[in-house]
Amino acid sequence: MVKEIERAGIPVVHVCTVTPISMTVGANRIVPAIAIPHPLGNPALTPEEEYNLRKKIVNRALEALTTEVKDQTIFEV
Amino acid sequence: MSYRVVHYINQFFAQIGGEEMAHIAPELREGAVGPGTAFDAAWNGEAKIVNTIICGDSHFAEHEKESKAQILAWVKEINPDLFIAGPAFNAGRYGYACANIALAVKEELGIPVLTGMYEENPGADLKDKVLIVATTNNAAGMRKAAPTMAKLAMKLMKGEKLGASCEDGYMNNGIRVNFFEKERGSRRAVKMLLNKLADKPFTTEYPMPSFDRVAPNPAVKDLSHAVVALCTSGGIVPKGNPDHIESSSASHYGEYCIAGVENLTPDKYETAHGGYDPVYANEDPDRVLPVDVMREFEREGKIGKLHDYFYTTVGNGTAVANAKKFAAEYAQKLKQAGVNAVIMTST
Amino acid sequence: MKLELGFIEIKDIQFSNESKVENGTLFVNADDVKAFVYEDDDVKACVKSVCFDIAKPGESVRITPVKDVIEPRVKVEGPGGEFPGVIAKVDTVGSGKTHVLRGMAVVTAGPIVGFQEGIIDMTGPGAEYTPFSKLLNLVMVCTQVEGVHQHEYEHAVRIAGLRAATFIGELGRNVTPDETKEFETLGIREGLEKYPNLPRVGYVHMLQSQGLLHDTYVYGVDAKRTLTTIIYPTETMDGAIISGNCVSACDKNTTYHHQNNPVVADLFEQHGKTLNYVCNIITNENVYLADKQRSSDWSAKLCRLLDLDGVIVSQEGFGNPDTDLIMNTKKIEQVGVKTTIITDEYAGQDGKSQSLADADPLADAVVTGGNANMVIELPKLDKVIGTLDYVDKIAGGHAGSLRPDGSIEAELQVITGATNEMGFNCLSAR
Repeated sequence: MVKEIERAGIPVVHVCTVTPISMTVGANRIVPAIAIPHPLGNPALTPEEEYNLRKKIVNRALEALTTEVKDQTIFEV
Repeated sequence: MSYRVVHYINQFFAQIGGEEMAHIAPELREGAVGPGTAFDAAWNGEAKIVNTIICGDSHFAEHEKESKAQILAWVKEINPDLFIAGPAFNAGRYGYACANIALAVKEELGIPVLTGMYEENPGADLKDKVLIVATTNNAAGMRKAAPTMAKLAMKLMKGEKLGASCEDGYMNNGIRVNFFEKERGSRRAVKMLLNKLADKPFTTEYPMPSFDRVAPNPAVKDLSHAVVALCTSGGIVPKGNPDHIESSSASHYGEYCIAGVENLTPDKYETAHGGYDPVYANEDPDRVLPVDVMREFEREGKIGKLHDYFYTTVGNGTAVANAKKFAAEYAQKLKQAGVNAVIMTST
Repeated sequence: MKLELGFIEIKDIQFSNESKVENGTLFVNADDVKAFVYEDDDVKACVKSVCFDIAKPGESVRITPVKDVIEPRVKVEGPGGEFPGVIAKVDTVGSGKTHVLRGMAVVTAGPIVGFQEGIIDMTGPGAEYTPFSKLLNLVMVCTQVEGVHQHEYEHAVRIAGLRAATFIGELGRNVTPDETKEFETLGIREGLEKYPNLPRVGYVHMLQSQGLLHDTYVYGVDAKRTLTTIIYPTETMDGAIISGNCVSACDKNTTYHHQNNPVVADLFEQHGKTLNYVCNIITNENVYLADKQRSSDWSAKLCRLLDLDGVIVSQEGFGNPDTDLIMNTKKIEQVGVKTTIITDEYAGQDGKSQSLADADPLADAVVTGGNANMVIELPKLDKVIGTLDYVDKIAGGHAGSLRPDGSIEAELQVITGATNEMGFNCLSAR
């Protein structure tokens, strides 16, 4: 799916837990997420901590979008 | 009434001659010629070759356009129930001609087609587009190929559903078809492993695919003026799943307006995804689609704007081709709406 | 470790005043089973009602939504009891003697637990796809106490099913089996000495462990909290591994599948003849990438440590577990151990899509249980055990799956056990 958006000419970042699948299918900008049932959250944290965690990941995703890449790149959080 | 078939063969199988006669132009004859009689015999009156088209292999290769036009004109006129070509075994130019003329008949005239050849024949490159029966690499294999091709041809003429490639004898055409093996999977696995351990040949039931690549787009230059859209395969939908997106094998995607929505709350949003424990996503859908954070970044001016719509699908068990189609479709919508960048989240 | 299984062929099930097994007929007093099931506090707290019904092969009966299928067994000699750590107390099982009520199963069903329960048809085209259409099924239709949390209810129904199977299994304790079979796994050195020239083969058994409704339990331990480890094949025959999951019906391993694991059976069949069956390695399919990496690292490490020549890897579920499968395969091949894997496919209703979410060229020996997206039409059957209310909602169904005339159009996914990834069935695809 990411590839189709890329193909349409829009830069896209894939925030996902299973980065190996993302690599296999061919996403170019990849940001690792927390876990499959809660990619951008962690129910074990307090709401405030959880929000900050989410912010960190989204922030990293925005950094990925503003970074030129040549090959598939994982932007570790 | 029996089904009417047109058969395509080359100069050699028409017993006109070998390489020295490969230059002959297309010729139309009544009834079956050469290998065609084997098909007629197998069909036992249920179908019959009404015409045979003969063309020299060199002629087809060197005058492909003209040859095709002539043959198509004949086939159109005859309007048979099936067009069958070859089998070509390992004859390269003949295989090429069989596959290409069959493809032309199928695409331009909409008539079912079938050919046969050896798997390494260059014509077999078209196996995803034309149904090709796998034969041995020389004409001695006709005795085996004829009944297989005749049977498959009959299925095509009757409009019956094809069996799996290994059952019906055609080359794998990229379409997966279910069928019942004689032995259960675990026993097949043990046998396959024993062969692999003994360095004996074995055939995987699912060859690993290769994936295409799309070059990355240039980075976003100025985020503070960019419109950023959120998309997800995590199945976030308005509460109650108004468009009935399936929990698995989704047949469509959702497009939902989030203009003015500060944060995805559990009373208004949920997940339709059936592949993961939905509790956490239902408790706080921002855990999958981070609208809350994006709104803060929008207020701060870090991004220009969060796009008014988000796009959502259920990744669970959804065929890659469908997912591709959905994304291709909404990517165009995003583009038209002037979206500069996309964050796609997956569960 | 050596286990003897004594098979008692069950040829009929009847409701009766007395519960007993006699001349191949299981007589069941439903009230007694119910009373035993309700002795558990969690069942008491969460399960509002339990009703029993019987479904026999060939009958015009549809069972849905199906949660789990369990074979009644009873330990008659040796340590431990059935379902250790869950029903029996924790003790190592897999040795001694166990009686099996063969030809029947306890099926838990009823209004939905998760949305991935399945359908068992006892006749018609659907019956061809589920192995459970060939069994005499004692079905327990359970309903939920209002307001009980989904996860708690899943637990309670799981326990209810296991308790019923335990009760029924117990009836076979003093029955003379119709057939007995022995299964033995040797120690590492013993095996090496006894079969010096046979390839050393193991079985990497992947357990679904995606979350609270997608879990598997080993001796009562939630598999997602385990590290990849070794287990005797015979332990699984005594119920050491049980299903607690609601993944898509077609490729979830029910408890019955674990008890009758076909890879275990077929490896034992070749044991000492063409191969030396060393042991099973159980590994999970967690939702965190770090877990996936750690678990697959350990699978490979154990394969190497045990000096295996080859392994069979079986999967459960699909989607992100495809990555666990590929990671296991790749890493095991990279330590020089040859693999054959068993999976199933999600190639789209037209069969044209890519079948797995992940891929690697080292996974060059694949057995498939078929394309789960294939559309199947199931005619209306005379009787429904459970309810048709969820047919549109379960994985593989869609709005309109249940037609006004009572027939069903859905993907093969909805049928319990249809594309099993232990290789339980003959279904395949090309």
